[in-house]
Amino acid sequence: MWAFILRRLLGGIPIILGVTLITFLLLNVVGGDPALQMAGKNATEEDLAALRAEYGLDKPLVSQYVDYLKQTVTFDFGKSYKTKEPVVDILKQRVGPSISLTLPALIATTLLAIAIGLIAAAFRQRALDRGLMALAVTGMSISFLVYIVVGQYLLAFQLRAFQIHGYASGWGERWQYLSLPIIVLIVVGLGYDTRFYRSVLVEEIGRDHVTTAVAKGAGPTRVLTRHVLRNALIPIVTRVMISLPFLVTGSLLLESFFGIPGLGAQLLEAIESADFPVIRALTLLISVLFVLTTILNDVLYAVVDPRVRLE
Amino acid sequence: MTTAAATTDTTNPVVRRLQDIWRSRPSLKLRRDRFAMVCLVVISLYMLIALMVALGIIGGDFADRVGTNYQSPGGESWKLWLGTDRQGRSIIVRMLYSTKVAFNVGFVSALIGSVVGSLLGAIAGYFGKTTDTVVVWLYSTIQSIPNLLLLIALSYAVSRWLDRGLIVVYVAFGATFWVGPCRVVRGEVLKLRESDYVQAARAMGYSHARILLLHVLPNTLHLVLVYFALLFVAAIKSEVILSYLGLGVQGEPSWGVMINQSRAELINGYYWQIGAATVAMLGLVLCFNVFADALQDALDPKSL
Repeated sequence: MWAFILRRLLGGIPIILGVTLITFLLLNVVGGDPALQMAGKNATEEDLAALRAEYGLDKPLVSQYVDYLKQTVTFDFGKSYKTKEPVVDILKQRVGPSISLTLPALIATTLLAIAIGLIAAAFRQRALDRGLMALAVTGMSISFLVYIVVGQYLLAFQLRAFQIHGYASGWGERWQYLSLPIIVLIVVGLGYDTRFYRSVLVEEIGRDHVTTAVAKGAGPTRVLTRHVLRNALIPIVTRVMISLPFLVTGSLLLESFFGIPGLGAQLLEAIESADFPVIRALTLLISVLFVLTTILNDVLYAVVDPRVRLE
Repeated sequence: MTTAAATTDTTNPVVRRLQDIWRSRPSLKLRRDRFAMVCLVVISLYMLIALMVALGIIGGDFADRVGTNYQSPGGESWKLWLGTDRQGRSIIVRMLYSTKVAFNVGFVSALIGSVVGSLLGAIAGYFGKTTDTVVVWLYSTIQSIPNLLLLIALSYAVSRWLDRGLIVVYVAFGATFWVGPCRVVRGEVLKLRESDYVQAARAMGYSHARILLLHVLPNTLHLVLVYFALLFVAAIKSEVILSYLGLGVQGEPSWGVMINQSRAELINGYYWQIGAATVAMLGLVLCFNVFADALQDALDPKSL
């Protein structure tokens, strides 16, 4: 198993290199000159040259890329072009709000979707199942932005159940701000997840071991939870795992709309103000997490399902 | 299928091929799915509207003032049926015009994504070795960057070179959408490569290009078709998000532009703009989703 993990880790290196290359190409080559953004409208040519020299933007592209790779290896991402703070500090400050938005939403969405998927699978091809699936597809067909706008209008403005916009330092107050975006996130994801889990569970129900369990006289609840759900764990675990790296970045849209100071909002600000170090660090962080979770995922496969062998 | 073709009196190969497709099992199965057929009719209606806008029959006057600002729905002229926006422009005209934009964005992006993706996937799967390694590396890399982040960064980067607007949207979507079809087609071609008919074609001395284009790729078409529908939907939905960020469609209305414009209107009770755009988009996206599902079911060899 260790040989497998090591080989997969080595296999992740070209992918991470690829990510650095793509971000570099997008930002430094296609994206233009960040000195223009930093200096503002009234900058002279000397100001621009000074800024470029300060951030190493006057070097040839190849040596800029090498600098960037050095940063990547040492996890030192330098300072933000905009606020001059070290990028690592910014990440540390902003990751909390993002996770407190995305983690509760992921847990709630997954549990709800599995529960609804189980009901739909139990009543497969009947009216209840069709109704639930129709609802899921309809939910998937409505724009994310509509959920945000209407959610804010109904829950925060009309019912005054939550705060409309902003964030607070204390946890008690914080939920006032976080609840609404969390609800929106759950509603947006529920359609996709429910459909996915239903199809997984329906496939499992069709297997021989379930027929055997029913024939032995196990009750429907026992069959569904003990026999079906347990054996469907692999796709469930995979789906949850795959979404883990993206929890860190929060949600670009929700954070910027509701004024939550997380990494998603930060990322958007960074893209708008050409704050390259922040964009690079965040992209790299996510892709490293992504590569690691896919490896962990394969290892978990072998743990959950003894039939799977890691070679 | 050959017997079916033999009973017809046409000798035109194209017509015969089309007849084969029409009489094939997936086609029969799809046509028996009433729900999918209703969706197909709705999609065709949308397409008709888009076509009429493109031909200039309707929607050319989307920027004209037809009433007072924020006039509520209802009125003598059909242009006032869904009310007006903050500049007194007809919501219904803007909604209809947006149908064309949606088809533009959806069709072009889905086409770029599925053509580039399936070609790359087929080449990687067919030739294997280094080619395969490079393509797999490329899509694994793109996959490990969050889609929305890549989309936004691309739009910003590209918009510095090209005028903002539809081209930027096409480039951004095209560059990210090819990954899905590429993975699926590559997997299928890996299997097809070893099949007897490809071996036979090779033994006959056909060129790689001919085998790929005429013998391998057509047999992955069912997968690409389903992906095309999914990408179409993804493009229309992502356009809304790009519009929210000011990177989407410029200078003409789209459902994304309309929803985005009405963000602050709802609080004042002006529900008609967001309502019209949402319902129009829901209708098309829902039908595409249902149709893509039915298509997938019909083309799935396991369910025959």
